[in-house]
This record gives sequence, C-alpha cells and structure tokens, in this order.
Amino acid sequence: MSTPSVNDFVIKLANVNGTGSASANGLLMKSIFRMGVPVVGKNVFPSNIQGLPTWYEIRVTGEGYGARSGDVDMMVAMNANTYARDIAALRPGGVLIYDSTWPRQHVLSRNDVTVLGVPLAQMCNGAFKAARSRVLMKNMAYVGAVAALLDIDVDVVRTLVREMFAKKPKLVDLNMQAIALGYDYAMEHFDCPLAFHVQKLDNTAGKIMIDGNTAAGLGCVYAGATVGAWYPITPSTSLMDAFKSWCEKFRVDPDTGEHNYCIIQAEDELAAVGMVVGASWNGARAFTPTSGPGISLMSEFIGFAYYAEIPLVLFDVQRVGPSTGMPTRTQQGDVQLCAYASHGDTRHILLFPADPGECFTMAANAFDLAERYQTPVFVLSDIDIGMNDWMVDELKWDEARQPDRGKVLNVEQIEELEVFHRYQDVDGDGIAWRTLPGTHPKGAYFTRGSGHNANGDYTENEAEYQEVLDRLVRKWRGAADHVPPPVIKMAKGGKARWGIIAYGSSDCAVLEACDTLAAEGLHLDYMRIRGFPFNDDVSAFVEAHDLVYVVEQNRDAQLRGLMMLETLIPRAKLASILHYSGEPLTSHFVHEHIKAAARQEQSA
Amino acid sequence: MTSFAKPHINLKHAKRNDLGLTWHDYEGAMSTLCAGCGHDSITACMAKAFFELSIEPHRAVKISGIGCSSKTTAYFLSESHGNNTVHGRMPSVATGAAAANAGLTYIGVSGDGDSLSIGLGQFAHAMRRNVNMLYMLENNGVYGLTKGQFSASADIGSKSKKGEINLSPPIDPVTLALSLGASFVARGFSGDREQLVPLIKAGLKHNGFGLIDVISPCVSFNDHPGSTKSYAHTYQYYHPAVHADYVPMSEEIKTSYAAGEAVPVELHDGGSIILRKIDEDYDPRDRGAAYTQIAERDAKGEIVTGLLYIDESHDDMAAMNKLPARALNTMPYETLCPGSEALAALQKGYR
Repeated sequence: MSTPSVNDFVIKLANVNGTGSASANGLLMKSIFRMGVPVVGKNVFPSNIQGLPTWYEIRVTGEGYGARSGDVDMMVAMNANTYARDIAALRPGGVLIYDSTWPRQHVLSRNDVTVLGVPLAQMCNGAFKAARSRVLMKNMAYVGAVAALLDIDVDVVRTLVREMFAKKPKLVDLNMQAIALGYDYAMEHFDCPLAFHVQKLDNTAGKIMIDGNTAAGLGCVYAGATVGAWYPITPSTSLMDAFKSWCEKFRVDPDTGEHNYCIIQAEDELAAVGMVVGASWNGARAFTPTSGPGISLMSEFIGFAYYAEIPLVLFDVQRVGPSTGMPTRTQQGDVQLCAYASHGDTRHILLFPADPGECFTMAANAFDLAERYQTPVFVLSDIDIGMNDWMVDELKWDEARQPDRGKVLNVEQIEELEVFHRYQDVDGDGIAWRTLPGTHPKGAYFTRGSGHNANGDYTENEAEYQEVLDRLVRKWRGAADHVPPPVIKMAKGGKARWGIIAYGSSDCAVLEACDTLAAEGLHLDYMRIRGFPFNDDVSAFVEAHDLVYVVEQNRDAQLRGLMMLETLIPRAKLASILHYSGEPLTSHFVHEHIKAAARQEQSA
Repeated sequence: MTSFAKPHINLKHAKRNDLGLTWHDYEGAMSTLCAGCGHDSITACMAKAFFELSIEPHRAVKISGIGCSSKTTAYFLSESHGNNTVHGRMPSVATGAAAANAGLTYIGVSGDGDSLSIGLGQFAHAMRRNVNMLYMLENNGVYGLTKGQFSASADIGSKSKKGEINLSPPIDPVTLALSLGASFVARGFSGDREQLVPLIKAGLKHNGFGLIDVISPCVSFNDHPGSTKSYAHTYQYYHPAVHADYVPMSEEIKTSYAAGEAVPVELHDGGSIILRKIDEDYDPRDRGAAYTQIAERDAKGEIVTGLLYIDESHDDMAAMNKLPARALNTMPYETLCPGSEALAALQKGYR
C-alpha cells in the first residue's frame, strides 16, 4: 500500500443510483484528465434503475497505470445505507467527505481518518427550487468541494460543464452555481488543498477516454459491417447503441436519407444470431453483441454456423454468472463456453481485447477472421472494458486497409467452373470456397446443418462425414497464427524463473504488479494472450519458465483449463491466481498473491 | 439419404417461360418423403409458380427449418441457394438474408411443428417486421419425422394414429397472422393445385410478408378416420372463399371476370392480384371482418381457403429500415468506412 501523494491517490464516491451521480463523477474524472493527469475510472453499479447503492472510483495516477490499485484515499459518502462499509474501506489517514446536513454519529466511528462535513443538501435546498434540481445539484456541489480539496482547475471544470450541456445552455449556470456552493464552502472551512491533490502534468497527450462498447461499435463501422441484430442485455446494449449512433453519423446518405446499414432488434438472442447467420450467409458483414446468457441461448446457431461454415461475429461483453448472476458486475466467465459453444465437436476463434483501443482494432480483425475462416469469431470483452471510460491511445485507422472478405467466388470465377462443390478443400488450407445467393445458377448449393460431404450433399456415410469434420479442425488450427499474437514483456535483467499469463481486462493490474514486484526484487516475465486457438508462443513461454501464474477473473481457471486441453504444457507448471468477486481486478490483488507464493516457495 | 439427384431430361417441345426455361429447370432433387405426401404436391406447386412467374432460379432463395416440410426445399429450384437452418428458426435467417440483399425472392418453407411450437416466436415476429418473403406453412397437424405426436395445430377431438384424442386447442396460423398484422394471409390445400399455384404466385409478388397455410395431409401418421387433417376430412369441409390470380404488369387485365366479383389489387411491381370472390359475403381487404368470418366458420369445422386477407399499403422491412436500392452486401467498402480523417475528428469529443 503506497501513501497517497500528489497525482497518486484514489477517490471513491458512494452514491444512490438514479440520482444523477454518474455524470457528476464523470465530470470530476474528465477534469483531472484534462489537466494532463492520467486517470482510471471504474463504475460499480447495481442492476436497478433507481435506489440501490452505486460506487464510482477514480484513481489519479501520474505514472499512468491502468488498473484499480485497491486503495481508497478519499471517500465521498453520499449513501446513508452504505456508510458503514464505505467508512471501513477508507485507508488509515484518508479523508471522508459526507453530507453534514443531518447528524451522522457513525461517521465519527473511525478516529484514524479526517472527516469533512459539507452541508450539501442544506445548501442546495436553499439555492434551488425544483425537487429534482435539489437532488441533482447535490452531486455538482460535492464536485465543487472535491475540486477545492484537490486543487482541480475550476476553469477546466467550467469548460467541461459547457460541453456537457452544449444543447441546454441554461443548465450551465445552474450547474456552475452548484459547483461554486461546494467549492466556496470547502475553501472557507477546510485547509485546501489536501496533501494529496492534483497538479497539472502533460501525460495525457495523444490519449482519449472512451469505453470499450463505444469503441467496438465504431470498429464495426470501420470494418464495413452493415447488419447488426441484437437483443437488449446488460452490458452489451451500449455497443449496439454506439453502432447505431455512429451509423447515423456516417452511414446515412445525405441526399436520399437512405441507410447503408440495418439494425434489427430481435425478439430474443436466438433470433438475433439467426439474423446474423442469414445476413452473413448472404454476404453482408453482420454481428451481434451480447453477454453470457445470450451466448447460452445462441449456442445452437453457433454450432450451425460452425458446421455449415458461415461467418459470424459475436461480441460477448462478459458479466458475472452463472445464470442471471450479477448482471452489472464484471468477470471473465465465458471463456470455455465460447471456445466450444454448441453440441458435438465444435471449436471457435476467440479474441481477447485488453482495453477499448483493442475493442476497436479487434472488432475489425474479427470480421476479417470470420470471413477468412467462414466460422464464428467471438470478441470477449467484459463490463470493465465495455462500460468504463478508459484512457487509451488515440484510435488510428490505416487508410490503405482493405477488408479480407475471404474465399468468395464471383460471377466470372463461377462461370469458369465446370461444377461448384461447396466444401472441397481445393487449396489445401482447410478453407473451401463459398458462393453468395443470387450470383450465378452454377454457384447454387444447399446449406445444411445435417451431415454433409465435401460436395455439400447430404450424407450419413462415415468416411464422407469424417472428411468434413477433420477439415474443419485443420481449418481452425490454421487460425492460430492469424489471431493477434501474444504480447510478451520480458523482465529486465536476465532470465526470470517465473512467468505470468493474463488476458483481457486483467492486463493493467498485472503490468503494475510486475513493476511493483520488480522493485521488490522479484522479476517475472509476462505474456498477455490475445487470441485462441493458441499459437506456439504460448507453449514456448511456459516451457521457458519453472512456473507460470495464470491470472484470471473467474473461479474455475478457464483459460488455464484451455491451455491444458489444447497444449502439451505439464499441468504442474501452471498455477492460478483467480479473482471473481465481480469488481474489476486490482494491482494489489495480483501483487499480494504472487508475493505470498514467493514467500511460500522460499520457506519450502 | 434424404435426397437423390434427378436425371435432367431435356424435352425439346417442353413449354418455355419468358426466360426460355422449361419446367425442369425449376425442379430439385428427388423427394424422399412418403408416397402420397401432401408436401410433394406443394413442392410441385411452388416450382410451377416460380416457372410461371419467370423468376430466374438463382435469384430465388429457399430457407427452411427442420421437419418433413423443411426438407422439401431440396426438392425444387436446384439452381437456387437453399438454407436448411435449425428447428423453428427459419424466419430469423430469412430476415437477416433479406436485410443483406432485399433484391432476391425469398421463400420460407416450414411446418406446423416448426412454426407453431418451437418456432412460434420467430414466426410471429417475422410477420410484425413484414419481411418481404413468402412463408409456406405445410400444415398436417402432426410430427412426422418423430412418428406421430400431435402438433400445436391439431384440433380438439382429433384422433392420433395410436388412438389418442387431442384435448388442447389448436393454434390457427391464419387467425394468428391476422391478429399480428400480417399483410398477406392465405390458406390452401395440397389437394387443390388450381387454387394453390395462383396463391403462391400472388404471395411471391406481394410486397411484404406473405403467409400461406397449406393443409397437407400426412399419409403415414394423420390420414386416418378421426383425424381432422386427413384428405377425406379436408375435402369434406373445404370451403374456398376468395380466388386470387396474379397478373403481371405487361398483361392487360382480362375482362372475363363478372363485374362486382373481380377486384384488382395493385402491387408494387406494377402487376396486380385479381381477387375473385367465391363467397360473396367475404371481403379479403377488411382485417376485422376476415378475422370474424374465419373464426366463426372454424368453430363450425369449416376450412375457409383462398386469399383471406391482403393489404399492399404496408411498408416492408426494407422500407421501414430505409434500406437503399443497392443491396447492403454489394455496398462498396469505400462507402462504408468513414476513413482516418473522420476518425481523428470524432475523437475530439473524447479528450
């Protein structure tokens, strides 16, 4: 646990959901970001519309780490129902801010923290008439108080408020008035700024703050996706919302008003994926965003697309399972579900973006892979990546990039053929050529999920059936070198005995833990896996180390399980570090677990 | 094996359509259904309708679910793409395909199990969306491939081959379609090609979702005395109400229909459907009246057939979604990708 200092501390805000706190907390975070200081924001919210506890965590990290640290240095306790646990979460020496309009005896339960009362409700009730304004403006008032305590530039705050309410300028003054209430009160009553506060830096140049679902939706637009079908489900809904708004911006013909896209809200996930199957089979780039429960429902069609060899792009923004689970909490619990979704021998291509930047690039990769391999491709993000704003490098697009539409015969190519057979491996790479409906009479074939031979004809013949099934697995293995390769970060100063493997949203916590451990003298090499099937680097990395820790956000060590199934890595070489509470992983968690393991080994 | 290739016989003097194609060009593989199956007659009617409409086979798309009826998409239009999807999910695949390319002719083939039990949800929602397709529901009241269980269209009191009596009320696709806002609702009988072929032609030319519920007796499991979906029962209670003929734009409407009986309905492609009322009281352009009449006659055990409802004024899915004339699956990438400058510009909002 590090002591908070300038540009290195954590603010946690405990609110009641549905009271408008999210925009106030976002404003606070964005203000710090605009001051050139890197931030990490995590919204931990309930599956509810109004009334349940919700938390927002802002880590101020001048060094630019991307994960939660695990500390809380300042708690803004706005929810009476969670006071007790919120106060307990505060680090000794931390600062508690609460609404002192009402007496709160229990805020004084800890004598190792500084308690600062601000009469937020009282001030807002005095300043604003409408009941809703009074509730909303309390949030802005604490933003003001926090700004004073942390020396956040009020001009920056004002600019952001203007941007927020660009379409409703009347609200700018109202909100600025509320901010001033809190700001002035704090300046007058407290010793501002605190010892830990924000100081302008230049560490956010070339960076943006964006959530993964927005970036993935944008990636679909850049990939040339035209058909999106979906059924609303938290936390993937905002991906389709984003795709829709990007399409409205970029895909509406200015002259005719016609849409160069089609978004269909389906009656359920079975229909959503069926529509994607139909559109992809017909040659459009199509996708569906969903979460774990949706994948469960889509499984029959996923097997159909695998066997009939139809491109399919699925975004699984993972949430906590099993069953309905905790719909607004994060987990990496669908790894094995997606790897082998559907009955019979099926196996799929998986991509693991680690942040919103990779959601954008991997969205584009997913369509290329799906069309190249004519098979389902899953992009597995999670709530943490999908719904939190992350600071990432500005998104880039290579103007020369062309989509890989895979092996599709055009009219001229079909014309030259004597006869077309859908599932023949003419090139020896396991990938057969396909045709699109409407192209040419000679290109017609019958797509079926029932047993078929290389010609595409129905079969119950053993050898014919196996020929197709064997080709499918060869095709899938061929994708190992075409999914994004692992990212390897070797420890400084020679050969490390231990390694760490992680994927997806665990990346930032692991990177930081590696730094901390290295500073303590324990050096580890780190490999981040980005795709499945695994390429040879994965086995080689494990072989080169005595022991490798696999960090995952699920109970059952699902990626480790995949590694044991799909490679010859000895089981004893893989140890697990598992975090599955539903909150985003912290660097402390990884650090503590590896340190404990090291201690254990030394004493053994 | 569920399909055998059929030998292609080139008949010199065979009748040719406007494309110069013969009836054989609209055939498919050999059927493997039971001899006498109603579905085979319907297959022949579908092929005939496509032939007579001079639709290029490769510009048609056949989509089906699972079951005896769904297998039949292999038995006609061998030069069309076919997609034999999963059980009860044909409508979603057809919907997606139509979104990708609205320029092809889509025909979905399904049965009463596929549409009214496992697939009831998708069946209903495809109608709500008014997907531009013809949906053939080959209705025999029984699960054939799994050997004779009642389906959801079995009538109360209908007897199974094993002697069980069905006690649950049937789901009637026609009244269901009327209540869900379907824009073309018809019922036919596999034993009446004279009525069915024109209905299929009209359904294919209708702009939007067309449903034809075709009573199609299952000779193996539901053609015995006591069954209300047998040939004998259907012939006995069969009641054609409105006959429909499709007339292309190029042809002049013949005046042979008696005045007051023939009603032309104009179609988007410039052609028309001529409605001939067999039953004078019946108006296929009034949804409420059609619903009432069908429900009343159903209650009496009468099977009302023909083009029971038509409304050409509804936007289909493509229009509702403002889809361009150019199919989405042929849209040039340059049109779809906003490019790197736009990317740089939009990110100003994220700083």
